[in-house]
Amino acid sequence: MKDTEIAVIGGGPAGLMAALAAAEMGARVTIIDRNSRLGGQLVKQTHKFFGSEKEYASVRGIDIGRLLSDEVLKNPRIETMLDSTVIGYYPDDGVLGVEFEGKTFVKIKPKKVVVATGASEKFLPFENNDLPGIYGAGAVQTLMNEHGVVPGENVLMVGAGNIGLIVSYQLMQAKVNVKAIIDAAPCIGGYWVHASKVARLGVPIMTSYTIKAAYPNEATGTLERAVIWQLDDRWQPIPGTEKVLKVDVICISVGLSPLTEILWQAGCEMKYVPQLGGHVAVRNENMETTVPGIYVAGDVAGVEEASSAMIEGRLAGLNAAKSLGYDDGTYSEKRLEAIKRLQNLRSGPVGEKIRQGLAQLVSSGGDYNA
Amino acid sequence: MRITEHPILTFKRGREVEFTFNGKKMKGYEGEPIAAALHDNGVRVLSYSKHLHRPRGFYCAIGNCSSCLMTVNGEPNVRVCTEKLREGMVVETQKGRGDIK
Ligand SMILES: Cc1cc2nc3c(=O)[nH]c(=O)nc-3n(C[C@H](O)[C@H](O)[C@H](O)COP(=O)(O)OP(=O)(O)OC[C@H]3O[C@@H](n4cnc5c(N)ncnc54)[C@H](O)[C@@H]3O)c2cc1C
Ligand code: FES
Repeated sequence: MKDTEIAVIGGGPAGLMAALAAAEMGARVTIIDRNSRLGGQLVKQTHKFFGSEKEYASVRGIDIGRLLSDEVLKNPRIETMLDSTVIGYYPDDGVLGVEFEGKTFVKIKPKKVVVATGASEKFLPFENNDLPGIYGAGAVQTLMNEHGVVPGENVLMVGAGNIGLIVSYQLMQAKVNVKAIIDAAPCIGGYWVHASKVARLGVPIMTSYTIKAAYPNEATGTLERAVIWQLDDRWQPIPGTEKVLKVDVICISVGLSPLTEILWQAGCEMKYVPQLGGHVAVRNENMETTVPGIYVAGDVAGVEEASSAMIEGRLAGLNAAKSLGYDDGTYSEKRLEAIKRLQNLRSGPVGEKIRQGLAQLVSSGGDYNA
Repeated sequence: MRITEHPILTFKRGREVEFTFNGKKMKGYEGEPIAAALHDNGVRVLSYSKHLHRPRGFYCAIGNCSSCLMTVNGEPNVRVCTEKLREGMVVETQKGRGDIK
């Protein structure tokens, strides 16, 4: 059994910031991530980020990831466990079960836990949606930007949110042809900067279109054709509008849902909030869930952006450390600053959806650490 | 296919190693996921589903979905999207649930 003061599960932007903040206050932290390197989603983001300047806007995602992981790796109070998947939380003894390199089982007993596991891609029902060649957009990004292998030759992107648009652009950068980006909604969900970048390359963005079916090559059993069709203003498909696209890859990019298994196991009160991507943990302003000592931050707390994930992480880290008695006198000031920055980030029209979601979730007050 | 030129990224690859897929010799880079090496060699069908025996490829590429289970060095149900490639690995298509020998 291994002891630590604060276990941070997930080394994405939220987890890295949580670890740094807690260590800054004086606590000892262990970050656990199932990947071989730190950074979470950031390691494959080659584009310059949007967000606020303090959260590195206009720096490329991969570079933000590198900046934060370098800081973490040289911090003597933070220990990093890579290739380590947290596969269970045992609430009776407060023990985390960790699988190391898929072979060894390690038990960790932390005093506090920050869950920063991020989110996973949603799926879409249609005929033959299980064919090899139909991949999550994030999976294609991993294959391409982390491992340097292209997914195929011709791609249909399903979903015109930011991820769909950005991955389409990155496919074109890797010289893969994106035949079309389709979206069931009547308008493009992502930001205009990203949409115009792909439009300039000549990729058609077809709104009010959805996928009807996929068909395999008889000999290989892998994807060969996709059939798409148009939707009317009541989201009903219009027969006769079918179009056939010859593609060997379909990327599904229809949203993310929080990776909450550990929170369910811990017995945290969960609530279904569509604006935040699905089931999320009820929590207070300090990012603490209804199970004392278990905090959340980042996409697992509600699917949003790296910038907000970083501040939520900071907030969770500060509070976890404070609850262990670590405070050099700066805690209150730092906590307030983080809360204000989050409010700023979510203040505009883009933050509307998140504000609605959080209104259903965050219990008021929540100062039980202060 | 490998990306050789990229406007932003450069790829640090491990040593080139040999492995077999269903007995056929293939090459990949040490330490990359087995699925990436297979994909580069044109292999997209990784397993066949339990009941309807439909071909399966990878889906999430981060160890979440279990769409990519294969038999590696005799051990079934290995998620090849995260399992690292090593010299001389014996990789086989998995049919159904797999047997532990
Ligand atoms: C294509 C794309 C473009 C984006 N562009 C932008 C942008 O321009 N600006 C912006 O602000 N945001 C952007 N985002 C969103 C941003 O990347 C995410 O919101 C952010 O990464 C969330 O951070 P996180 O730390 O919560 O989760 P993640 O970055 O997903 O990190 C979670 C980590 O937890 C690990 N993990 C999960 N489960 C376990 C477990 N059981 N045990 C051990 N480890 C585990 C994972 O391996 C991962 O490393 C983009 C996202 C994508 C996919
Ligand atoms: S592709 Fe999802 S687990 Fe491997």
